[in-house]
Amino acid sequence: MSAYWNDVFGGAKSLAIGLSITAREFFKPVITMQYPWEVPEIPERYRGHIELVKNEKTGKPKCICCGMCMRSCPSGCISLVGKKPEGEKKKVLTKYELDFTKCSLCGSCIESCNFGAIRFSKDYNLASTRKEDYVFDLLKRLEEQG
Amino acid sequence: MDTSIWRPIIYLVCFMAFAGLNAAYLGWCERKGAGRIQRRTGPMEVGFHGLLQPLADGLKLMTKQLLVPEGVDQILFRIAPILAMIPALTSMVVIPFSDNIQGRAVELSVLMLFALASIGMIAILIGGWASANKYAVISAARAVSQNLAYEIPMLLTVITIVMITGSMNLQDIAMDQQGGFWHWNIFRFDKSIFMPVSFLIFFICSVAETNRAPFDMAEAESELIAGFMTEYGSMGFGLFMMGEYLNIVVGACLTTILFLGGWSCPFGLFPGVWWFLIKIYILIFTFIWVRWTYPRTQVYKLLNLSWKILIPFSMVNLLVTAAFIKVF
Repeated sequence: MSAYWNDVFGGAKSLAIGLSITAREFFKPVITMQYPWEVPEIPERYRGHIELVKNEKTGKPKCICCGMCMRSCPSGCISLVGKKPEGEKKKVLTKYELDFTKCSLCGSCIESCNFGAIRFSKDYNLASTRKEDYVFDLLKRLEEQG
Repeated sequence: MDTSIWRPIIYLVCFMAFAGLNAAYLGWCERKGAGRIQRRTGPMEVGFHGLLQPLADGLKLMTKQLLVPEGVDQILFRIAPILAMIPALTSMVVIPFSDNIQGRAVELSVLMLFALASIGMIAILIGGWASANKYAVISAARAVSQNLAYEIPMLLTVITIVMITGSMNLQDIAMDQQGGFWHWNIFRFDKSIFMPVSFLIFFICSVAETNRAPFDMAEAESELIAGFMTEYGSMGFGLFMMGEYLNIVVGACLTTILFLGGWSCPFGLFPGVWWFLIKIYILIFTFIWVRWTYPRTQVYKLLNLSWKILIPFSMVNLLVTAAFIKVF
């Protein structure tokens, strides 16, 4: 018989505790982020797809077209072309393409670059219905960013 | 009584509007309440704070095809959603919102309300059985056993109220509790010392009768998909949902009239329909609060709660009330 009363009173008490917990939660502030209206701050070490780094003085990419990134990439995502204009000593980057469908964000390309010419971007808004949209022309992207 | 034709028409329109608005906006309140309790915002996109969401949901349901699957009982399958909605709507007729707002003053209104509530249960049984779906049939069987088990303590509790008042008329029961919260049935210790307990029993039973969580065995999504509503889409499903929310409103109205003094003010100030509405919405909020607090019970625990705890307690309360009335 005492087990029965323990069950009744213990149960009633635990129900009341449950209600008080949810009542307190009700008045606490919302913790979810209203995504399209609120944009999250991307952490420092976030790995988006790679992007070219600009030389602040000249406004051109820092890349010297050595091709180390291309060779270090285990999946062969990167393809770049550099041309030597008439009368110049150094090559100038003319095309830098990243096939993001194969990239696993390992970062080997960034480690292999001795000139700090590429880095991880903070771009996370990537959605498309077509595969071709994920072949990025990074040189064009850099120019568009201004 | 005024017998002009306008009175029934005005009441009909007003009750339909009240019922429709409640059915639509309680869904919104539920989602907002669930959101707040889980520290989300709930619907925000459609209109200001999602206020147009019920409208959008309604439009979506109405534009969908009313699919009748092969192998179902053609007539019963179509009747069930209507049968779920109509008793809840009809119950509004006898509920006294205030001393002069009542669709029809029926002498045995308590009895009528409980008779109508049982028809709601039959709608679930018919809907589940006619669907020709194993989940729906299991759900219907569960709903019936649950409703039967919980109707007994509920009615036993109502009998104590009827004994105290000496009337089965909701209007009389409410009039008997006017003039301050110490007159309300929940605090009438001169009639029985267990009145708060019987209020709790009645409230638990009304949660179970409306098939709400934690007693929503009939639509336990984890094991029964959506129970008796599995095969329903479009407005068939919409009517079931509206019926469910209307049942909550009726349950809250009944609890208010039987235990919380109907339209009377706790301090005797400005009695009127607003107090009635405040009380029912507090009760409805409690329904939502309870739903998002407790996990679903198991079938046998649910039946154990009714047969081993609620029924003995309400019987003891009935006897104690009878003794108090006889002695004092």
